[in-house]
Amino acid sequence: MAHAVQSHGIEMEFGSNGTRTKVLHGIDFTLDMGRLTMLVGPSGCGKTTLLSILSGTLRPTGGDVDVMGRRITAMADAEKVRFRRDRIGFIFQQYNLLPALTAAENAAMPLVAGGMSLGDGAGRARAVLETLGMGAHADKLPRQLSGGQQQRVAIARAIVHAPALIVCDEPTAALDAQSGRQVMDILKQVSADPGRAVLVVSHDNRIYHYADRIIAMEDGRIAGDSADDTLPEELHVH
Amino acid sequence: MWQVALKMLTGDRAKYIALIFGIAFATLLMSQQVSIFIGLMSRTASQVLDVREADVWVMDPRVRYIDEVEALPDEALGRVRSIDGVAWAVPLFKGLAMFRTTDGLVNQVSLVGVDDETLVGAPRVWLAGGLESLREPDAILFDAQGADFIWPGQDPLAAIGKEAEINDSRVVVRGLVDASAPFITFPIAYMRYSQAITVTPPTRNKLSFVLVRARDGVTAEALASRIEAETGLQALTRDDFAWRSILYYLTRTGIPVNFGITIALAVIVGAAITAQTFYLFVIENLKQFGALKAIGATNRQIAGMVLLQAAVVGALGFCLGIGTCAVFFSFTQDVPALEGFILRWQVLVGVGVVVGLIIAIASLGSLLKVFRVDPAIVFRG
Ligand SMILES: Nc1ncnc2c1ncn2[C@@H]1O[C@H](COP(=O)(O)OP(=O)(O)O)[C@@H](O)[C@H]1O
Ligand SMILES: [Mg+2]
Repeated sequence: MAHAVQSHGIEMEFGSNGTRTKVLHGIDFTLDMGRLTMLVGPSGCGKTTLLSILSGTLRPTGGDVDVMGRRITAMADAEKVRFRRDRIGFIFQQYNLLPALTAAENAAMPLVAGGMSLGDGAGRARAVLETLGMGAHADKLPRQLSGGQQQRVAIARAIVHAPALIVCDEPTAALDAQSGRQVMDILKQVSADPGRAVLVVSHDNRIYHYADRIIAMEDGRIAGDSADDTLPEELHVH
Repeated sequence: MWQVALKMLTGDRAKYIALIFGIAFATLLMSQQVSIFIGLMSRTASQVLDVREADVWVMDPRVRYIDEVEALPDEALGRVRSIDGVAWAVPLFKGLAMFRTTDGLVNQVSLVGVDDETLVGAPRVWLAGGLESLREPDAILFDAQGADFIWPGQDPLAAIGKEAEINDSRVVVRGLVDASAPFITFPIAYMRYSQAITVTPPTRNKLSFVLVRARDGVTAEALASRIEAETGLQALTRDDFAWRSILYYLTRTGIPVNFGITIALAVIVGAAITAQTFYLFVIENLKQFGALKAIGATNRQIAGMVLLQAAVVGALGFCLGIGTCAVFFSFTQDVPALEGFILRWQVLVGVGVVVGLIIAIASLGSLLKVFRVDPAIVFRG
């Protein structure tokens, strides 16, 4: 099976010449389709940085990334934006919904950015919201929704355009346990699609059992991987 | 995406209204100050422009503006009349006089003496009396504001029939006219030329200006230069003389500097308010733009959104501000200090351009910020 993501020696340094700090030290790994992969590790170890690079929102200072066989690290900015719009879905810790748009309109954003009218896009998004149990809230504004509901709108936005890769940064960190489980249940279902890979960054051990595979990071390096049985003992889940 | 841009803009009603009002305020400030300045400056020329019948004004070469008088010898009138191309030429007296009411109150007035026969130079809009009333013995006319100034708190029409003295000669108020407000705020009084020169103190010369009408087919410019060549006097077309008067006040007084400072302040304050509010609006939405960029909106789409938002608030704010300015001046038409001040289309266009520039600069400035925003910021708290 083709790999959804393949990274080769990703390095990332922040700061200018005087105060450069290296955050990622040569990361190599692959992600498979039809799987929910979880990237875990202590705060500050570089998970968000790695996720940003894999999703083409941050350019690494070294190494290459292929997503669906396309080398995104070699793409020009405009091409990368279009690639993100068409092939990648994003879910953020803070939801990042536009406060002036309804749930359906928010969920339609990837379609609208792709040229669809807001009305048509919202119509398509409404159907997706219904599958997530959010049909009754489609016309509400984000501030009228709970955190868990907002995150489900964000999931609808991340899947409305049927992307091949979905990246989620701490999707449950701002949620209570029950909402967190709901969100993870949905992500688990979404990841079952054989044409899609889901990557979830988390340091919330309550949700580790949703993972098909866990990759552990520490200080900008991969410290273990359940796929080759090198996961540290404390991260093992049944 | 334009629908998204508009929803973002109007979604936060408080900010949206603040933006529009900021721009409206800046527009009002600029258009109002510039209009007052232009109105004030055009007053310096109003006495010239009001005399519609005269194509050319002839005067002493030393005269630089309407309120400066160097009288000509009487024979100048005859010399001008004899020049080819002159349809008619009449004298005009202009000077200051002391006006004493029966109560003993004394006011300095600007006295205009118009040709006894033709009455050229007298205003055309009568509030009471008529052109013929100027022919009555001892007749004097005032403009309504002048009458109000001399007899404050009375109906100006009550001035009709009042006896008074001008430079110790008896006169009777026979009419009220509506003259364009002059720059100098003395009341304006009109008399016949012959009367005016007898009530004013004896001096060698009394003839302030010769007003000339060109014969059909002769241009004012050609006639003016012919008069200058043949008499050695200064002859200016009506428009030229009006401009001279305006330029004199512009270049020789502190008014333009003071007003320039006021207008510059209005522009700076207006620009600061406008640019600042819009810039802040965009900066506050930076995270939203960042999210859109991460999701796949191109810089071009985002630029379109910001420019559309700028254009909408700019247009609405400008219309509101200009409208308020127009309403302001329509309400102040009866206030003597602001009479005749209007919102000219040139001011409207000029202020529109300035507001447009300010908005353009503000949106380009904020666009740079939006372009630079790293879509990865949306992953950060
Ligand atoms: N834009 C940035 N500039 C400088 N340092 C950064 C930047 N982003 C992240 N870092 C640093 O990189 C390290 C890894 O951060 P991050 O990827 O957010 O870790 P995690 O998501 O695992 O908590 C941290 O030390 C953080 O301070
Ligand atoms: Mg993080």
